[in-house]
Amino acid sequence: MTPLQEKLLPILEEDCRTPLDVLAVMVGDTPERVKEAIEQLEKDQVILRYRPLVNWDKTGRTFVEAMIDVKVTPQRDKGFDAIAKRIVCYPEVKNVYLMSGAYDLIVLVEAPTLKELALFVSEKLSVLDSVTATSTSFVLKRYKQEGVIFDELKEDRRLLVTP
Amino acid sequence: MRDFISSRVLSIASSPLSEFLTLTQGVKNIISLGIGEPDFVTPYHIREEMIDSLLDGQTQYTDSRGIQPLREAIAAYLKERHDLCYDPNSEIIVTIGASEAIDLVFRTVLEEGDEVLLPDPGYISYEPCVRLSGGVPVPVATDSTFQLTGQALEECVTPRSKVLVLSYPNNPTGAVLDDEHLQQIVDVCKRHNLLVISDEIYNELVYDGVRQRSVAALPGMRERTATLNGFSKAFAMTGQRIGYVAAPEYLTAAFSKVHTNTILCASRTSQMGALAALVEGQRTDYQEVAKMRDSYDARRRLMVHAFSEMGLECYEPKGAFYMFPSIKSTGLSSREFCKRLLEEEGVVCIPGHAFGKMGEGHIRCCYATAHERLMEAFSRMRAFLERLRSQSCSNDC
Repeated sequence: MTPLQEKLLPILEEDCRTPLDVLAVMVGDTPERVKEAIEQLEKDQVILRYRPLVNWDKTGRTFVEAMIDVKVTPQRDKGFDAIAKRIVCYPEVKNVYLMSGAYDLIVLVEAPTLKELALFVSEKLSVLDSVTATSTSFVLKRYKQEGVIFDELKEDRRLLVTP
Repeated sequence: MRDFISSRVLSIASSPLSEFLTLTQGVKNIISLGIGEPDFVTPYHIREEMIDSLLDGQTQYTDSRGIQPLREAIAAYLKERHDLCYDPNSEIIVTIGASEAIDLVFRTVLEEGDEVLLPDPGYISYEPCVRLSGGVPVPVATDSTFQLTGQALEECVTPRSKVLVLSYPNNPTGAVLDDEHLQQIVDVCKRHNLLVISDEIYNELVYDGVRQRSVAALPGMRERTATLNGFSKAFAMTGQRIGYVAAPEYLTAAFSKVHTNTILCASRTSQMGALAALVEGQRTDYQEVAKMRDSYDARRRLMVHAFSEMGLECYEPKGAFYMFPSIKSTGLSSREFCKRLLEEEGVVCIPGHAFGKMGEGHIRCCYATAHERLMEAFSRMRAFLERLRSQSCSNDC
């Protein structure tokens, strides 16, 4: 990582729509070099994707989300990677992490209905050879995601004029 | 009826800021660049520490000088970050923001008629505070890059000169004082036996690798310097009102007499927050401060770029979070410029004359505001300037 890239990432993480010329001024470099640095970050898969953080609770869309703790038997030479790589392939699966503690993996799953989610667990996830146990917890409400607090009061409490 | 108001208070002009605050009423969709505080909320660990102290029932008065662990943390901070040595037991007093410290020092050292040298432009409240203590404010013009030169200072010194106030990084200009100028000033202070009040409230907010040296760290200056600082700017703790003065024992003992009788002590809750700020800072090498500074720096660059595009002549600030561009080319006074900018475009800036005579022809713009808001403010200012220029052109033609 170059110093320029290190400067760019926090700004992009805050707002990836910041225009190139503004970014260039903010980091004190030329738009051409900033463009190049970002392209390299994309090529190196440091930046994977640009997408909005949506508060779905404010839309009409209904779906269910669950965190599933999964206990697995690690495979010889492959550890947990082989099973994790199978699990990530399901389109229902949004996040997968290898964890310390009582369970091995945490799998975040999203499905249109409770029934479909239940079917995913019982028919797809639990039946995988290495999976020995699961424990499903449903998401009831989202308060904070990716460092962003939902429904946070954004008002500026500062006086308009101060010395 | 008798006139109950003292002549000292009557001698203080009403604040030009309150005029602008009144003008903002009723104007819709305002973007304010007239704010003098961070746009960050106090870091959560600091707020949590204050909440915990309240839940724990820590609601009593403290030692008038401030709680011992805070004074120790301040002494360690000043040593580590600014090369200053103060004894936490006898040379530090925790105050209600640096503001109280300013008043405290003036009250303690000024006799009626003593002259206080104030670099111009400078912070709004020095002059009234000097008057309230019976002193006579003497503005000293700074040069085109807002540096105070030894020569300018020398020219203003009289037998009644007693105190010089240094405030770098500077509000409103964002200037820092380079080592060469600092040395010139130190020489004048020693030659004329002046006390220096060094207001270092912005000393964590410096950019481009620049460092503002503390005057008390220079040889022979510790004995004649009161160093003022606080938590408002570096730790985004403006509303907690917490700061301190550090000075040699003979001065601190005298400050203590005034502080004990007027204030008793700073808020215990705020002291707990300040302690948390320093303890965490010392543990993490002030990462939180660095993060905020980087964010200001990015926005500083945006503002420098925008003003240069607008054709507003401006010294590039190296500290604090202000810019002080010249609006002389518009032919308007700074008051008229700011008033019209507010009325016509809903952008608040502070007229430079509020910061002293030398500030006339400039406006103070604070860049501690979200960058989208800054960009919007710049486009409104651009439109305003274009309109002014086309009006003056049509008048000329």
